[in-house]
Amino acid sequence: MLVVNDLHATVDGKTILNGLSLTVNPGEVHAIMGPNGSGKSTLGHVLAGRPGYEATAGTVSYMGRDLFEQDTEERARNGLFLAFQYPVEIPGVSNMEFLKASVDAAREHRGEEALDAVTFMKMAREASKTVDLDPAFLKRGVNEGFSGGEKKRNELMQMLLLEPSLAIMDETDSGLDIDALQVVAAGVNSMRSENRSFVLVTHYQRLLNFIEPDFVHVLSGGRIVRSGDKSLALELEERGYAWIEDEVA
Amino acid sequence: MSQEQINQAIDKEYAAGFVSAIESDTLPPGLDEEVIRFISAKKNEPEWLLEWRLEAYRGWLEMAEPEWAHVHYPKIDFDAISYFSSPKSMEDGPQSLDEVDPELLRIYEKLGIPLHEQEMLAGVAVDAVFDSVSVATTFRSKLAEAGVIFCPISEAVHEHPELVKKYLGSVVPRKDNFYAALNSAVFSDGSFVYIPKGVRCPMELSTYFRINEANTGQFERTLIIADEDSHVSYLEGCTAPMRDDNQVHAAVVELVCLDRAEIKYSTVQNWYPGDAEGKGGIYNFVTKRGVAHNDAKISWTQVETGSAITWKYPSCVLRGDNSIGEFYSVALTNNLQQADTGTKMIHLGKNTRSTIISKGISAGRSSNAYRGLVRMSPRASGARNYTQCDSLLLGDKCAAHTFPYIETKNPSAVIEHEATTSKVSDDQMYLCQQRGLDPEKAVSMIVNGFCKEVFKELPMEFAVEAGKLLEVSLEGSVG
Ligand SMILES: Nc1ncnc2c1ncn2[C@@H]1O[C@H](COP(=O)(O)OP(=O)(O)OP(=O)(O)O)[C@@H](O)[C@H]1O
Ligand SMILES: [Mg+2]
Repeated sequence: MLVVNDLHATVDGKTILNGLSLTVNPGEVHAIMGPNGSGKSTLGHVLAGRPGYEATAGTVSYMGRDLFEQDTEERARNGLFLAFQYPVEIPGVSNMEFLKASVDAAREHRGEEALDAVTFMKMAREASKTVDLDPAFLKRGVNEGFSGGEKKRNELMQMLLLEPSLAIMDETDSGLDIDALQVVAAGVNSMRSENRSFVLVTHYQRLLNFIEPDFVHVLSGGRIVRSGDKSLALELEERGYAWIEDEVA
Repeated sequence: MSQEQINQAIDKEYAAGFVSAIESDTLPPGLDEEVIRFISAKKNEPEWLLEWRLEAYRGWLEMAEPEWAHVHYPKIDFDAISYFSSPKSMEDGPQSLDEVDPELLRIYEKLGIPLHEQEMLAGVAVDAVFDSVSVATTFRSKLAEAGVIFCPISEAVHEHPELVKKYLGSVVPRKDNFYAALNSAVFSDGSFVYIPKGVRCPMELSTYFRINEANTGQFERTLIIADEDSHVSYLEGCTAPMRDDNQVHAAVVELVCLDRAEIKYSTVQNWYPGDAEGKGGIYNFVTKRGVAHNDAKISWTQVETGSAITWKYPSCVLRGDNSIGEFYSVALTNNLQQADTGTKMIHLGKNTRSTIISKGISAGRSSNAYRGLVRMSPRASGARNYTQCDSLLLGDKCAAHTFPYIETKNPSAVIEHEATTSKVSDDQMYLCQQRGLDPEKAVSMIVNGFCKEVFKELPMEFAVEAGKLLEVSLEGSVG
C-alpha cells in the first residue's frame, strides 16, 4: 500500500523529516505517536502533497506507483485521504455540494458515472447519522462556524463517503468528547477491511482501546525512533517520551 | 504553485466572443445635430422627441466626462464612434419571428437565448436588442392578455406616446450626467414595459443586448413602469464579440415603481472584457435608477463579469413612505479589467429601508471598487440601511477598494455598514485538492460560495446562467 523509504522533507525550506521509513500493508492500522512538533502532521502533508512541503530525499511508493509523480488531487482520487488536524472553513460552499464534488471527482477518475443528486443525498444523510452530525450540517458551509468537535466529525463523514484506500487521520480524536471518541472509533472500525489501511496520528492511548492498531510507532525529530505493537502505546502512556529520546540520543 | 493554478482556473476564454457576418446599415462615425436628426427620422419620431434629444445633446456639449471614478483609460474620442447601426434586413421591420433574419436568430441561439416561442417553456418573454435595434419581442400576445406592454421603446413612442412622454427622463433627467445626456441624445432602442394597476406580470421579462458592429456605440434606453399594486421581474443579459478596439456602451434604465408596486431587475453583464493584455473590451457607462413610491419595492441584482471598464451605480430613490430598496451585486474583474460599481440609496420617505450586499472578486491585475452612497434626508425618520461589502482577492496583483459615502440628516435614521476583505487561501485550495477537486473546480466553487447571498436573489433562469459564468455544479439541487 504505502512504502516510505528514508524520507527527508522540508517545510518552507526548513528540514522537518529526517530519514523516515514506514511500510503500511493493505488492511493494516498503524498508530503514530510522538511529542509536539516531532513532524507527525508534516508527514501527513508531505504524503498528501501540500504546497510548500517538499521531499528532498528518499522515496515513497503508493499502491506501487511513485507518489511524488502525482498531483495533490490525483493522490486523493487514487484513494489517499487525509483527515486534517485543523480543518479549514470554506464559507458559502455547502458541505453537500463540496462532498458531492469530491465523490464525483473520485468516481470520474475510476471511470464511473457521477451519482445523481438524490442518491447522493441519501448516502450523505446516512453518513451524517453514522458520525452523529445533524443532517442540517450538510447544508451549512464547509466547516463554517463548526465547533472543534463538529469539524472532526465532518472529516470523518468525508472519509466515510470517499471510501479511501489509505486514510491518514491526524489527531481526529483530539478535542472530542468521550462519546465522539466512540463515534470515531466505530467509523474507523466499520471501514476496516483487508484492502484498506489506516495511519492514525494520536496523542492518546485511549483511542487505541477502541481501535486496535497492528503497529505503534514513535516519531521524534523527524524520524521513527521506535516501533512496536499496541503495548508500546501503554508504555508511552506510563513513561512519556523522554526515555525513548534519551535512548536514541 | 497554487497561485498559478488559480490563474489558470480564472483565465477562461470569452465564449461569447464571435463576430457575426450580418450586413448592416451603419452611420459614419461622428456626432452632431444632423446625426441626431437622422436617428430620429429613421425612427419616424414625433417632433417633441427630436426636440428632447437635441436639448439633451446641447446639454451634453457643455458637460465634462466624469473623472472621479477609480478607473483609468485613454480619453474617448466620441467623434470616432458611430451612433447608429442596424442590421440591414431590419429595414422594413419584421412583423413576426418568422420574418427575422435566420442568421440573427442563429446568433441568439449561439448565445443560448431561446427566442422561438416553442422553446420558451421557461416562460421568459425576450426583447433582443442587436446593436441598436430591437429584433424580436416574443410572447407579446400572452402579455397583452394581461394588459402588460412589453415592446421596443421605439415602438412605444408611437403606440403609447402618453406613457413615454410622461415618464421618459422622469427618473434619470436628460442632463443627469455626461453619459446619460449622451444616451438621451442618441439612444436608438431599448425595451419598454408597462404593468397596469394590480397586475402581476405572468412571466419574467427579459432583454438581451448584443453589440456586433465594430466601432459602434450602444446606447439603449429602458423604461419600466409598474403601476400601483403591480409586480414585475425583469432580466437583462449582455454580450459582445471580441474586438481589438474598445467599444462604448452607455445605457440608461429608468424604473418607475408606483404605490405598493414591486420591480425586480436582474442583470447578467458579460460584455467582452478585453484580452489578457487589456486590449479591446467594452467601456460600460451605465445609469440605472428607480423611483419607489409609497410602500413600493425596487430590487436590483447584478452579476458583472464583463467589460474592460464598468461604471455603474444602480440606484433607488425611496421617495414614498415605507418604500424599500435593495441592491445585490457580484462584480468579478480579471486581467486588466476595471470596475467601479455600487449603488445609491436615497432615503426621502419615512420608514424607508434599504439593503446593500456587494461582493467584489478581483483576480489578475484587475481593480475592483465598490462605491456606495446612503443618504438619509431630513424627512426620512425611522429609515434604515444595512450595507455589507465583501471583497475577495485571487492573487496579489489585483486590488479591491471600498468607497462608502454616508450622509444623514435625520437623527432617527439607522445605518449599519460591514466590510470584509478575504483571499482564496492556499489552505482552502489544499483542502479542495486533497478531496480530489482540480484547482479550477476548487476556485470556482470557493468563488461561488462567496457569491451565494447574491445568487439566491436571481431568478432561476439567471441563477443558472450566472452559475455557468462562475461554474456552479450542485447548487440548487440540494434542498
Ligand atoms: N511553515 C513552517 N515553517 C517553519 N517551520 C514549520 C512550518 N510548519 C511547521 N513547522 C515546524 O515543523 C515542526 C513539525 O510540525 P508538525 O506540525 O509536523 O508537528 P506535529 O508532530 O504534528 O505536532 P503536534 O503534535 O503538535 O500536532 C514543528 O516544529 C513546526 O513548528
Ligand atoms: Mg500535528
